[in-house]
Amino acid sequence: MKLKVKDLSFSYGSANTLEDITMELDKGEIVSLVGPNGAGKSTLIKCIDRILKPQKGTVFVDGKEAARLSSKDFSKMMGYVPQSTLEVFPYTVFDIVLMGRRPHIGWRVTSNDVKVVARTLRFMGIEEFASRYFDELSGGEKQKIAMARALAQEPKVLLLDEPTSNLDIKHQLEVMNIVKKLVQERKISAVMAMHDLNLASRFSDNMVMLKDKGVFTVGDPESVLTPANIENVYGVRAEVRNGHMGRPYVMPIEPL
Amino acid sequence: MSDDEVFDAEEVYARASWKKTLFTLVLLGSVLAVAVFATTMGAASLGMGESFGAVLAEFLPVEEVSTFAQVVVLQLRLPRILMAIITGISLGVAGAVMQGVLRNPLVSPYTLGLSSGAACGAAIAIVLGVGVFGTGRYIIVINAFFFSLLTMAIVYGISRMRGTSVETLILAGVAMGYLFSAVISLLKYVSGHEELREIVFWLMGGLYTARWENVIILIPAVLFFTMLLMRYSWDLNAMSAGEEVASSLGINVNRVRIICLSLSAVLTASVIAFTGIIGFIGLVSPHVCRLLIGSDHRYLIPCSGLIGALVLLVSDTACRTMISPTEIPVGIVTSFIGVPFFLYLLVSRKRRWWQ
Repeated sequence: MKLKVKDLSFSYGSANTLEDITMELDKGEIVSLVGPNGAGKSTLIKCIDRILKPQKGTVFVDGKEAARLSSKDFSKMMGYVPQSTLEVFPYTVFDIVLMGRRPHIGWRVTSNDVKVVARTLRFMGIEEFASRYFDELSGGEKQKIAMARALAQEPKVLLLDEPTSNLDIKHQLEVMNIVKKLVQERKISAVMAMHDLNLASRFSDNMVMLKDKGVFTVGDPESVLTPANIENVYGVRAEVRNGHMGRPYVMPIEPL
Repeated sequence: MSDDEVFDAEEVYARASWKKTLFTLVLLGSVLAVAVFATTMGAASLGMGESFGAVLAEFLPVEEVSTFAQVVVLQLRLPRILMAIITGISLGVAGAVMQGVLRNPLVSPYTLGLSSGAACGAAIAIVLGVGVFGTGRYIIVINAFFFSLLTMAIVYGISRMRGTSVETLILAGVAMGYLFSAVISLLKYVSGHEELREIVFWLMGGLYTARWENVIILIPAVLFFTMLLMRYSWDLNAMSAGEEVASSLGINVNRVRIICLSLSAVLTASVIAFTGIIGFIGLVSPHVCRLLIGSDHRYLIPCSGLIGALVLLVSDTACRTMISPTEIPVGIVTSFIGVPFFLYLLVSRKRRWWQ
């Protein structure tokens, strides 16, 4: 599935939050959206997923205009993982992941739905939680369950809003490994809003750096994560070193 | 992955679903059993045989049933029992749906101002004799119904102006509730002795006004709206994870919200217009169910309705027999029976009974 965003603008009222965003995503690719707080990373993710309605511009999914698809068809293509999930009422993990089947089911749950959920839990390595209640789990486990719910939709594109920002380093790596494995094994694509430049560098094929509501630069991690770009976008003096697997490793020094 | 494990998950899910279905059936059975038992309870002592005979005599040419038994069971007890059941169902279902759609465990027809609205409408009819659709026998009922729905419309309208935030909606409901209470207080203050008494009775709520002519209209209406609301079970499940997730699962959140709120407002208004304010059931029935079977709305909506029916039926039977021939207002008894039970569940956190 190819995803293309063209000239997208969005505002929450008077001030524009996003202006003329254009970006592309190929099948089987992980793209990170990076940029300082308020640059519009989460907003862009929500606009792509039609959670927010952009005032201008178009999202194309495989050449088709996303806004013209029915909400059911569209939700079979895109899965969304929020930054954090709060369940007010007690649901079991199985029930929560089953909600991801919503675009596919009528009233009755078919045995295929149950199998998809079971397989997803297994894939995420959380099958032992199936009958536990969601509110008893830790932040990292909750994040995996939110991902499992999005996967149960069987989407072609996975949208993740800061998937690692509330997690410890082990869960951060686990979650990122799952995204990588998904993209490789199921040939889906992923768009992630990321705060952690080093995780983004290590796990993304391409990065989109946002600044002042617009796209500052696009490219592979080596070309995006340069001291000059980081200084310009974040206002931070940084050194960029050679990190794990030859990926750039950003060492922030001081704010300017 | 081996097939065994996949099928295992399927079996676990099937077992969990079966337990919830069983729970629903047990509740249904209990409501029916208590209803049958309740026909024999009351000021006039009638045995099971006499009560059944009276009911059967309506349909079959059964020999020798006293007209006294027939009048007591058919004209007095049966409509009242049915009224208790449908009122309980309405309040339980509406409570479950409102809490689900607004993602807030404190919401009930009471917190959203619907009850106060209805009471205000009733008080206007009682004290000023003014009805929205003229006067007549049903002036209080029609006023209460209309004001209750009007409250929902105002509360929703206010929240729409601020971009439909759930918090605004709940706060607007609470605020409207206070406003209506102030109007009621004013009306009480200016009313005469008889009217004051009538308002107080209405505010306490009760099923003593149950008549066949009302019950016969309410039963199909309540069942119809309940079924309609149950169709939104999956949407309500998805919405519990938040608007954004629900929207990404293909749900039109605003549309589902207004449909569910309107339907549950009609459901609530149509019963409280007849019974007056019966608090507590709409708030607590859904919680009791969640503690017992979890929050899947496919089971939660019907079970919450049945728990409501059971609690109200038991309470009403108790309040018309405890100090017969007089009775205690049912709202008082529901709280006496329901609150300790609910607190017990809350403290002991027994929801894992069912797992």
